[in-house]
Amino acid sequence: MLSVNKDICNSCGLCEKTCPFGAITVADACAVPNENCTLCGACVNVCPVGALSIARKRPSPEKMAEYAGVLVWGECEKLPGDRLAPKKVVYELLSQARCLADKLGETVTVIVLGDDRLVGVKTLGAHGADRVLRCRHPLLDRYTIDGFANVICSAIAGEKPSVFLLGATPNGRELAPRIAARMDLGLTADCTQLDIDDQRQMVQTRPAFGGNIMASIISPYTRPQMATVRPNVFPAAEFGSVSKAFRVDDMAVTLSKAAIRTKIVEEMPLCEASVNIEAAQVIVAAGRGCQNKENLGLIQALAKALGGVMAGSRAIVEMDWIPHTLQVGQSGTTVSPQLYIAVGISGAIQHVVGMSTAKTIVAINCDPEAPIFKVVDLGIVGDALQILPGLTQAIRDAAVKAAKP
Amino acid sequence: MKIVVCVKQVPEISNVRINRETGTLIREGVASILNPFCEYALDLAVHLKKESPGTEVIAVSMGPPQTRSALMRCLELGADRAILASDRKFAGADTWATGKTLAAVIKAAVPDFNLILVGKQAIDGDTAQVGPEIAEFMGLPQVMYGVTAEFGKTRKRIRVRREVESGYEVVEMRLPGVVSASKGRLIRRLPSLKAIIDARSKPLKTLTAVDLDIDDSHLGLKGSLTQVVRIFPPQSRADGRKLEGLDPEGARKAILAFLQAQHYVEGGQPSC
Repeated sequence: MLSVNKDICNSCGLCEKTCPFGAITVADACAVPNENCTLCGACVNVCPVGALSIARKRPSPEKMAEYAGVLVWGECEKLPGDRLAPKKVVYELLSQARCLADKLGETVTVIVLGDDRLVGVKTLGAHGADRVLRCRHPLLDRYTIDGFANVICSAIAGEKPSVFLLGATPNGRELAPRIAARMDLGLTADCTQLDIDDQRQMVQTRPAFGGNIMASIISPYTRPQMATVRPNVFPAAEFGSVSKAFRVDDMAVTLSKAAIRTKIVEEMPLCEASVNIEAAQVIVAAGRGCQNKENLGLIQALAKALGGVMAGSRAIVEMDWIPHTLQVGQSGTTVSPQLYIAVGISGAIQHVVGMSTAKTIVAINCDPEAPIFKVVDLGIVGDALQILPGLTQAIRDAAVKAAKP
Repeated sequence: MKIVVCVKQVPEISNVRINRETGTLIREGVASILNPFCEYALDLAVHLKKESPGTEVIAVSMGPPQTRSALMRCLELGADRAILASDRKFAGADTWATGKTLAAVIKAAVPDFNLILVGKQAIDGDTAQVGPEIAEFMGLPQVMYGVTAEFGKTRKRIRVRREVESGYEVVEMRLPGVVSASKGRLIRRLPSLKAIIDARSKPLKTLTAVDLDIDDSHLGLKGSLTQVVRIFPPQSRADGRKLEGLDPEGARKAILAFLQAQHYVEGGQPSC
């Protein structure tokens, strides 16, 4: 339950302004919660003096059985033309959410946050969603950890789903633990496999120790069961017909400026379109074997021909050939694209743990003993600098040929 | 200013081996290191200290007694003192229980902190969850994936340059708060001999569960909200091929045929 420390409360009224449920009012120089309180926790963080606290009890099995439905966070991105629309990972989550919901005999709801620029919400209905919970507010015009956590927690408190899934994107990975901590929920990061067991529990499987082992994890004591799901692992839900019952519900959003405690003061987008290696389907990665920075043009060209992006090993980041945001591996980014082509990368374990979950791996390296060859589907021992130009041209030709039937 | 840096000791990943029969980790003979991202967080703290003289950097960790060696490394790299929370009751904690415990450790040992720094993630679990969980349990704002940071003039705020999907952004947050460190531009230094010797005389305090204001039911395996039900080795790539001795033309053809068979490139013979 929510308790108010009367000695500390200075009756500033921020909690009243922030509460999405009208469940707390300031009276007699002190905040007083009422029976509308859902324990969403929005007021606790906004209190400037720390007068509010929530003590949660673990729910009983009977209470847990009341939670039903699969909720998915429909993370949005900015599109040209100043629109906000769900990202690709949302469609991947939908394919999994649909499977889980069908096994449970429950429904799939997508929660989408944004402002008036939100589009593409109805499309979700053609990809497996039964319902969209649309949350629009001027302060949700861009992602902020505090704003989004507050709104999603109040939605969870009202909806009581049995499962809540988020994409393991940078935002999803910081948002999920914040929500899990606020609502005292078990959370599993970066899942690559989800299933329902005979107890109707979600079994969440994820790689650990850099992909050296797989662990299956359950959250037996709390609802909803929360998981972040690695992008690019699951196929996106197929486009189908919209179910007749599909509907979009608007959720009333209560959010005050004071609740958002971080402020973006400057944005520095990288000019290269290739920056987002985490979400890329095809990655061509360069290593020390590429010999010099100028040769990266060959890598870039191959990546472009395949519709992918360029990345690299730690070695070439340290030589300043590419920025750290493009580094694959233990001290960089973990990627799992459909296709990973390693060029001139020997494959130290620190690199391999960052890419070993790619669906298909091709490596080109001069050294026949390079450890990268232990994890490949196709390995070529040879000089990449001689192979790449012809390969890139051949791929372009094949694409042109395919376009002309 | 007081900066708390939460760190984790992790197994050196290149030595991790799996017992194929039991599917469990073989821990014997595996060296332990300070998690690299925690080292970046510590570097960031030392950098902030340099800019704001009089700042104290306190390294905090939870783990078995041998975690002392990771904290010693922090002291060598510039932390002023270290706190180890070690108790059998903490064993087997998931991220929720770890976050709860570390929040209680910070409240007990450094109640007047201004900033908490964490690494973006640990290289063994890779969850990136404990930092945001500490922030939420302590009711603090957070900025994740920071690469550089500076205090505001009045030291009531911090500006963090952080990695985002589209590049970088600079975020301002009022203090106290939590910042996680990605790999920054700070150069990793090897501690000097003097720093190593000095570290031995810096205070390293150990706390146990009784020193913390936390219910025993929130600690360790018992307090964890998630449960590991199975550990198994990942599927290996059974049919990988390595081709040697091809000329560039042959190599080009082999790769193209493979990419076509896997449908990454159009055309070619359909695969069987």
